[in-house]
Amino acid sequence: MAEPRMLTYREAVLDALFAEMRADPAVMIIGEDVGAAGGVFKQTEGLFAEFGALRVVDTPISEPGAFGMAVGAAMTGMRPVFEVMFGDFMTLCMDQLVNQAAKVRYMSNGRAGVPLVLRTTMGTGANLGPQHSQGFYAWAAHVPGLKVVAPATPQDAHDLMRAAIRDDDPVLFFEDRMLYTARGPVVAGEPQTLGRARVVRQGRDVTIVAIGRMVAFAQAAAEELAREGVEVEIVDPRTIAPLDRRTIIASVKRTHRALVVDGAPLAYGVTGEIASIIAEEAFDWLDAPVSRLGAANVPVPISRSLEPLSRPDASAIAQRVRAMLA
Amino acid sequence: MTAQSVKTPDAPAPAKLLEMHRAMVLIRRFEEAVRVLATAGAVPGLVHLCAGQEATNVGVIAALEPRDAIASHHRGHGHCLARGAPVDGLMAEILGKETGMCGGRSGSMHVIDLERNNLGTNGIVGGGIPLAAGAALSARARGSDAASVCFFGDGALNQGLLHECMNMAAIWKLAVVFVCENNGYGEFTAIDDVTAGPSLLARGEVFGIPSSMVDGMDVRAVHEAARGAVARARAGQGPSFIICNTWRFGGHHVGDKQDYKDDAEARAWRARDPILKSAAQLQDEGHASEADLRAVEHEADALVKRAVEAARAAPEPAPQRLLEHVHG
Repeated sequence: MAEPRMLTYREAVLDALFAEMRADPAVMIIGEDVGAAGGVFKQTEGLFAEFGALRVVDTPISEPGAFGMAVGAAMTGMRPVFEVMFGDFMTLCMDQLVNQAAKVRYMSNGRAGVPLVLRTTMGTGANLGPQHSQGFYAWAAHVPGLKVVAPATPQDAHDLMRAAIRDDDPVLFFEDRMLYTARGPVVAGEPQTLGRARVVRQGRDVTIVAIGRMVAFAQAAAEELAREGVEVEIVDPRTIAPLDRRTIIASVKRTHRALVVDGAPLAYGVTGEIASIIAEEAFDWLDAPVSRLGAANVPVPISRSLEPLSRPDASAIAQRVRAMLA
Repeated sequence: MTAQSVKTPDAPAPAKLLEMHRAMVLIRRFEEAVRVLATAGAVPGLVHLCAGQEATNVGVIAALEPRDAIASHHRGHGHCLARGAPVDGLMAEILGKETGMCGGRSGSMHVIDLERNNLGTNGIVGGGIPLAAGAALSARARGSDAASVCFFGDGALNQGLLHECMNMAAIWKLAVVFVCENNGYGEFTAIDDVTAGPSLLARGEVFGIPSSMVDGMDVRAVHEAARGAVARARAGQGPSFIICNTWRFGGHHVGDKQDYKDDAEARAWRARDPILKSAAQLQDEGHASEADLRAVEHEADALVKRAVEAARAAPEPAPQRLLEHVHG
């Protein structure tokens, strides 16, 4: 097994792109400023120099057309990784994503597919405001035919990007920008498959199911609660669709309590889906109602004081767990 | 200018002219059968017929090689057939049957036939345009000389996707041909009421794309323009834009009463039926006798009749098909 390298989340994804582009000439990158500029977050740095303009394609600011072209390329032998700079801009691609990419396999009776990754950034914490912060993974997960990934660590970002590129279906890959500088060990092992959750931490008192950056907040909360004698188990689904129900349910059956935490608005979101699955499949094991924490149902404000109030953090998670155990 | 240096291939041989005629007749007969079936309630969903527009379908597709890609639109049976789709498989698909090309799950508007590099008919106006342009981007990345054609109607002239894709195709010199089948109406609305500017061709010219307008009721004129555009595309000289002026003999969909159309105008277009024109030319030039042309019609009728009978008799998709092929 290869020695782990200490990489940031951003570097881990980039490393996965290099690996997959070297392994398969069908893999190409399409997006705004992804070429010579290396990406606005340096997330494609060096790819253009190694793979050239035919495989690292700088597009105009034309998301609907450029994404639609990525879908057409995916139907005809390529495996594009299409970059949407900010998750909010994904709305511009919605027709081609929902009506074309997601439905091609079904409409063709399985004879055509769209092996494509749409990678995008999201997240609060950098005061980017209402139109540069949102992550639409719940929307995407609601569309039959799409797969949705939200990695929380450099290792998972690396593994899941490789898995997403190798997957034969359209995969949406959501990267929280606040994790970009998070550093961790990365082993470039065998590619993983999508749809497997990770038990981040074991504990017997309560299960926290946390999405993306909320995993780190849940870990901080768990440390705090451990000092109070509360043992928290954390499950990171990693893939939102398809969801690894089994790992979540098994954990809840061990701890008898479940809190689901998401950085996106609570209303009609992923927490509701996970909570209802737990209620349906583990009701008899529960010692308390399933609890949920999510962002307020507001656009993300730009104010340095208001923005942090819009979403859960470690202390909100710890406080909720205490209430559940009271 | 290098754009003019690519030589258009020699005029089509008589066999090719007859082949194009045969393809148009098949489409016409097919569409008539679908109209009858739809009127009788046998077709699930909406169905949009291309009768009258056969020359634009056939003239362009006859200029392509199997490796080239097309993307069609909601009025797309003719594109599928011209591209070689099985008559029985397409008919069964339109009837939503198990034996349909897509297992009865796509119907008229969402047929995908990748075996013939047909990226599909499409329920979203303009939705196929980036797919064809993307196939050209793919060909460029793969080092292939395959060309792509996207068909769209005049209704898509006002979709932003078209202009975005024209821009990108031009800057990257992609091997794509933009073919507007201008039948004068976007759904129930006349093109002039919703389309600004002095010239439709300007919509290609503004991107530096060679743009031309042809008589879409003349399969030879369409074919000539398409061959030139495909030759340019293959030679690495980039996209072309062709507007084929044509007429849909029917309404927007089967059942549309068409009271927005002017009777005299409709009669004038009907008199320019592309199949009558092609038949007269073939006869005048001695490439086909009246008996030959009748044989073409009988052959098409027989194919369509068999397809209708088979499709009507075919089973509905089995219930377990519902959940298949959402993912790979």
